[in-house]
Parts: sequence; structure tokens; C-alpha cells
Amino acid sequence: MILLLITIVLGLVMLIAAVIAVYNKDMKTAIIAAGLTSLFASVLYVLLAAPDVALTEASIGSGLTTLIFFYVYNKIRRNNAQE
Amino acid sequence: MQLFSIEYISLVVGFLILIIGIWGILTRKNILKMVIGFSLFDTGTHIIIVALGYVRNKTAPILDQVNLQTNTAQKIVDPVPQALVLTAIVIGLGVTALMLVYAMKLHNEKKTLNIEKYNDLKW
Amino acid sequence: MLRNSLILLVLLGFAAAVFPLVQSYEGKDTLTGVAEHYANYGKEEVGAANLVSAVVVTYRGFDTLGEVTILFLASAVIGLFLKVSETHTKDSRSVFFKSTEILVTASRLLVPMIMLLGAYIFINGHLTPGGGFQGGAVIASAFALLLLSRPQKHFSHKVISVVESISGIAFVFIGLLGILLAGGFLDNHIFAMGKFGTLLSAGAIPIIYILIGLKVGSELTGIVRNLKESQKVG
Repeated sequence: MILLLITIVLGLVMLIAAVIAVYNKDMKTAIIAAGLTSLFASVLYVLLAAPDVALTEASIGSGLTTLIFFYVYNKIRRNNAQE
Repeated sequence: MQLFSIEYISLVVGFLILIIGIWGILTRKNILKMVIGFSLFDTGTHIIIVALGYVRNKTAPILDQVNLQTNTAQKIVDPVPQALVLTAIVIGLGVTALMLVYAMKLHNEKKTLNIEKYNDLKW
Repeated sequence: MLRNSLILLVLLGFAAAVFPLVQSYEGKDTLTGVAEHYANYGKEEVGAANLVSAVVVTYRGFDTLGEVTILFLASAVIGLFLKVSETHTKDSRSVFFKSTEILVTASRLLVPMIMLLGAYIFINGHLTPGGGFQGGAVIASAFALLLLSRPQKHFSHKVISVVESISGIAFVFIGLLGILLAGGFLDNHIFAMGKFGTLLSAGAIPIIYILIGLKVGSELTGIVRNLKESQKVG
């Protein structure tokens, strides 16, 4: 019963974060919201009895993807400011 | 089919994230927002695949206790979808990194990230 | 307005096409088919305690070879697009700001520990949750933290590409050894099987995971390094 409640709360937070990632005008907020969706998906994988997948999603989806997004965003901003 | 079980809720949440991702790809005009939409699309698909492999009231497929090592097929969840999703997450990272580098090169050529200004291929 | 309503129609059509799948889904109560064979005979055929590792490396080893190829392709194309100037002149070094004090001090403590954790994850991949891909990603994040806290440090391109290439060739070589000495490509009976549940068990799986971990770690580090050190693109 308590597991069901945790799943419902996680699902709602993931959906709200996904909507923020698509609709927000500011780019930094959108990138962090996409990383937050991956992080909560990793917790959902632990509840679905898949610890390998949870480890992979937490390290790659929520760590390295956000890092690469921020590097590219920074380069584009620096390029814009130079011209 | 019981409506309130973990795998059914995860299935519905996965489909909704997938649809939000497709909506983001189709309606946004900034190229970086489209790449974020692709990343959400990947995440939703992976949740669907792992939720399809769940068996009720069974445990993770790691044989560390002795009572799991006999008659294993009645005690663990399905290990095959987890192996597929492991591969798919790493490939998703590679494709996302490639798309971002293309976006950077496109911005170098025309100084804008608005996809409506790129009409070289329009007939 | 017309465009938005057309997009909404496409999405509704998509949702209606997959609705029967969601509606007719019934939860399983026991495993059937191929998964039942993997679960019942996995212990004596492969000898690894982590069944997901047994499926990824041995039963579906060919898919892992394909994934390693795709990662190599992506990393090579990114390296092709981002030109990195090999000579680091004085003025290209002066635009880097000094990082904050907290980041520098914390990274001195954390970077060796994160690398140790990554190595632990891929060495014990056949006993606990983990494996080559997870360990490689953790090692790449340790290198990314190092790059963030010391902006003037630069990794040599030669070391990264040598480690990556040798790991990839050794992985294919072990697979070919499987054809000569044991059942087929990427069979893990070429080394002694050992006692179930200890570190030196499951034949060639630890060695394959060490090679995959090194390869994925060096590839992702190469991608991050190319993104950071590239000059004006194109």
C-alpha cells in the first residue's frame, strides 16, 4: 500500500518536471528539469525490482546528459556574445 | 487486471512522458528544446519496457541468497527487458551527444537556433 | 492554429493506436519462455550470480558488441566535428577563470574516491548490480569533475585513444578465442569457472567487463574533453 502511494507521488512529480522541461522559456531550467525526470525515473526502477537499470539511468541519464547539455549551451552562449 | 498496481501506474506514466516528449519535438522552434524532447522520448520508452517485465511480488534477478538458487523461475522478475534497456540507455546518450554537436555546428553557420530560419532544403 | 490542431490530431491518433496495449495488459505471475530457461539454467551454464550480466555478456553477447560499435562511432564523429588545436598558446590559457575554493578542495578529496568506486563497480559486475557500462560512466564523471575544478589541465589525446582502441581490440579477440577454445563467439568457458559467488568465478565475464569499463570510460572522457577544449567549430 505504501509502495503504491510512493509510485503515484513519483509519477506525478515526473510528469510535472517533464511539462516544465518542454514549456519553460529559460533554457537552464528546462535542462535541469529533464535531468530531474531521469533522476526520479531511476528511483522508479528500484521500485520495479531492477537495480542494474537504476544504476545506469542515474549515472548516465541524470549525470552525463545534463553535463553535456550545459557544455553545449555555454559554448553557444559564448559564440553569441562574441559576434 | 488490477487497476492499481505498480506496473500499471508505471506503464501509464511512461506513455504520458513519451507523448509529452513527442509534443515537445513537434511544437518547439528552438533546436535545443527539440533535443530535450528526444531525451524525454527515450526516458519514457525505457520506463515502458522495464514495466512490462515486472512480475508481481517477486524480487530482483540477482542470486545472492541460497534460497533463490533452486527453482529460480518462480522467484525473480524477468531479466531480459532489463538487459535490453541497459543497452538502450547508453545508446541514447551517444545519440543525444551527437545531436547536440550538430546543433552547435548549425549555430556556427547561421548564428540562430530558430528552426524556421533554416529553409535551404525547402522546395 | 491549424498547425497546432493537426499536431494534436497526430498525438491523439498515436494514443488511440497504443490504447489497446495498455488496456489488455495483464500482470504476469510467473516467467515463461526464454526467461524461464535463462532463470533455471543460468547458474550452471554461465556461473554468474548477476543474471542480467549473464544475459548481457553471454546469452546476448552479440548485441553488446553492436552497442560498443555504436558508442565508438558516436565518439569518433564527435571528435571529427570538433577541431581541437594541439598547441596550447598563452592567450588561449588566460581566458579561464579560477574555480571557487570549495570546488578545488572538495575535488582533491572526491576524485580518487569516485575513480575507486567506478573500478569497484566494473570489477564486481558479475556478483552485484553493476557492470562495465555503469563503471565506465562513473569514471567519466570523475574525469569531468577534474576538468571542472582545474580548467587549465589538459588531457592528452593520445592516451585516451590508445586505451580505447586496445580495449576494443582485446574484447573482439576474447570473443574470437571463444570460437577456437569453447562453444562459440563470446563464450565464457575459455577460463576456469571457479566457485559460484566468489570474485574469480564465471570464466571470462570479469575480464570482458574490465575491458568494456575501460573502453566506455575513455570514450565518454574523450567526448567531454573534446567539448571543453574545442576552439571555434568548423
